[in-house]
Amino acid sequence: MSERYDVVVIGGGVVGAAIARELSRFRLRIALLERQAEVGFGTSKTNSGIIHPGHDTSPATLKGRLVVRGNALYDRLAAELHFGFRRIGQLNVALEPADLEVLQRLKAQGDAKGVPGLELWDRARLRREEPNLSRELWGALHAPSAGVINPYELVFALVESAERNGVALAVDCPVTALAADGDGLAVHTPRGVFRGRFVLNCAGVESDRVAALAGAQTFTITPRKGEEYMLDKRLEGLVRRLVFPVPSPKTKGTLIIPTFDGTIMVGPTAEDVEDRDDVATTARGAAAVFAFVRRLCPSIDPRDAITAFAGLRAVADGNDFVIGPTSVRGFVHVAGIQSPGLTAAPAIAEHVRDLLAAEGLALVAKPDFEPGVRAPARFAHLAPEVQEALAARDPRFARVVCRCELVTEAEIDDAVDHGARTLDGLKFRTRAGMGRCQGGFCTPRAMEILARRLGVPLHAVTKRGGGSWIALPMGAEQEA
Amino acid sequence: MLGRMEGDYDVVVVGGGPAGLAAAIGARDAGAARVLVVDREDEAGGILLQCIHAGFGLHYFQEELTGPEYAERFVARALDRDIDVVCSAYVSGAGLDSDGTRRVRVMREGHGIRTARSRAMVLAMGCRERTRGAVHIPGTRPAGVLTAGLAQRFVNVMGLLPGRRVAILGSGDIGLIMARRLTLEGCEVVGVFELMPFSNGLTRNVVQCLRDFGIPLHLSTTVVEIHGRDRVEKITVAPVGADLAPDLARRWQVPCDTLLLSIGLVPENELSQALGVELDVVTQGPRVSSTLETSLPGVFACGNVLHVHDLCDYVTEEALLAGRFAGELAGGVKRPRDNIRVVPGDNVRYCVPHTLAPGREHTVYLRCQRPLRPAAIRVGDLVRRKLGFVTPAEMITFRIKPDVLDRFHGEARRIDLLGEPAGAHLAGAEP
Repeated sequence: MSERYDVVVIGGGVVGAAIARELSRFRLRIALLERQAEVGFGTSKTNSGIIHPGHDTSPATLKGRLVVRGNALYDRLAAELHFGFRRIGQLNVALEPADLEVLQRLKAQGDAKGVPGLELWDRARLRREEPNLSRELWGALHAPSAGVINPYELVFALVESAERNGVALAVDCPVTALAADGDGLAVHTPRGVFRGRFVLNCAGVESDRVAALAGAQTFTITPRKGEEYMLDKRLEGLVRRLVFPVPSPKTKGTLIIPTFDGTIMVGPTAEDVEDRDDVATTARGAAAVFAFVRRLCPSIDPRDAITAFAGLRAVADGNDFVIGPTSVRGFVHVAGIQSPGLTAAPAIAEHVRDLLAAEGLALVAKPDFEPGVRAPARFAHLAPEVQEALAARDPRFARVVCRCELVTEAEIDDAVDHGARTLDGLKFRTRAGMGRCQGGFCTPRAMEILARRLGVPLHAVTKRGGGSWIALPMGAEQEA
Repeated sequence: MLGRMEGDYDVVVVGGGPAGLAAAIGARDAGAARVLVVDREDEAGGILLQCIHAGFGLHYFQEELTGPEYAERFVARALDRDIDVVCSAYVSGAGLDSDGTRRVRVMREGHGIRTARSRAMVLAMGCRERTRGAVHIPGTRPAGVLTAGLAQRFVNVMGLLPGRRVAILGSGDIGLIMARRLTLEGCEVVGVFELMPFSNGLTRNVVQCLRDFGIPLHLSTTVVEIHGRDRVEKITVAPVGADLAPDLARRWQVPCDTLLLSIGLVPENELSQALGVELDVVTQGPRVSSTLETSLPGVFACGNVLHVHDLCDYVTEEALLAGRFAGELAGGVKRPRDNIRVVPGDNVRYCVPHTLAPGREHTVYLRCQRPLRPAAIRVGDLVRRKLGFVTPAEMITFRIKPDVLDRFHGEARRIDLLGEPAGAHLAGAEP
């Protein structure tokens, strides 16, 4: 296969997805390539899911400039794409008296950058607003524009919107070579050659390697691992807002995150690692996270952890985003997108759009661009009468697949219709398997539906593609 | 009748496993004319349907049956009694009306969502397995880490193998049964690793499923890391000290492609909680009276939703009783309320039921906190009886005669499990 495109986007994480979707507003031929089985399965899936207000990053940096704009774009994006998003506000708390000065400096920086509603709280106000936090805290800076989202839902919705507006998605499609090709580049993959006038390097933790393939490696990525620990639902309501310490140069610190779904998450750690596959949680990481968050909120206990995961931030040397054209004609970096990359992603997409226009890409708006996608059916959230009407109309709504999260067969089917190809893809789209039994009961049913819909045998169903097989066929006769 | 759900009921039973089926039969035999069992699976019988090994019914039927055979007998008995059984039906809500009517909202493929009303309700939803999150194993999150029960379903129902080279964390009964099952299917079971210094499964399973097959059981040992990106490649295990903390200096690696978890069971009480039933923080099941009635009048509980049992026969025995009391209540029978609180004492993790009444015989189920051999059970100053040995894996069934409590006046009685001096005569009820 060899196809010609105006823009080939390498990387189906939130950055690549946001750019592909932004460019799909125009009369362009666009391809989005993802090396994994589904989009958003890399850094995006393991993100903390915070939409930062932006007061804690210096306007002298690119990330510091894009974050505030990105934050502001989220209301419209959520209205169009129906991913979970709520502005719950953020507190940076002072653990030491000296931190109070830092909070004042952050407020001044944020005010200057146009971060809305920043307010310094004294100890009494902080205790009144968040009574479960440590009584040793000295005060806090409140940023009401901070929000929480389910990051994987954002990526799925961005890609769906992009596909709906003509973007060609290719998964299981790692880039093996990049070569000059006329006035553009040829992107070689196991799924064919994608020829593009512009090729965007949105490859996350792999972006320096992709840059090297193009002969345009101007930076090195050092993955910075973050471990997160999800706490039992029992603790819902422990804090109402995101709780941050004052930031250090390397990290925004270890946080208490009331997620969009209401559960409390604590983390992340920040540890530079060598191995780009190292998403292992560690006993040391757990100890560090809990030791720290107990200073913020003493009643949090490691025994409350119900699950843990780790992700890798794509940190470029220089510690800022690396966005711009390279010495290789048509090859554009959108790399080093570390925190606050998720927040900045919609602004990065606008920035890259303008940059490509400046590079000579003609942007002709499509009159039929459709900004919205349909909200995924969430049976559990519907009113009883609506549930009854749906179940009466479509029997699949009366068949429960995941009992813990009350996910019906109709929703599983819908997720497959929208690109789910793996058990994790189903899980992150529908919540099937995210509940108390962690898939103990629904895995067989989910496997059966996936196998039937994909037209493959049960043993071909995977957790997340690649070598993540779930089960083997019993007996040799089924091998054939 | 199979598949029928119409009109109002005397008793509605949520869950069609061994507990639910026996409760329905108990209710019917106590005079309830209209009894409904609602089950979420495609066939009634519960987890028994995937337990194709023998060993069920030794106490209840004095016969050795497989799980599906045991289930089949109860389904047949229920249908013979004209009990309504609906499958592929999920109870998505329940409530109590002020006039005492109990309601369950049933989602059922092909029938939409309907509400069934009854005079009494029995909760029999069973339990689920604890997962990786409950034990905090550091490492990656590859495919190939699954509960023993899911592996059992793969092998016995779906015709799939969970892997080729299998390690098992925890020595719960399902893990032990699966060690044998997978060995018979040609998998290599490299070892069972148990955090505690004693097995969490029945002694007979340790003997018949591990020892007879030469599968090593590593006590006081746990998994400290899982390795592998897409699929499990190996695990690191380490011995633990008396404080259960791993001694990493003595850790070693075990190559395997699968890690089964058999680390305990948790009653499935989400529906009970939504109803407002009061739970015991230790059993994680409802607090019940001597008639197995929960804190909500007319709502009963039995089987693994009440507390986790180790033998199905005991579930049946308890559920027949719960059903009987539910049926009697639906028929208007009144009885004096309990007035004796049972307090778990020394080396007693929990007792069920939570209260008793004089004038009736009672069966009290309890578990100890640590093994004792020999042991004795003491109920305040009323009874003291010798037991052979006690271990947390094996539930203790203790019957209290009516006359014992008749002599008692007061509000609470403590139950203790005591060590007997070494060499004491082994007598009394074998647990």
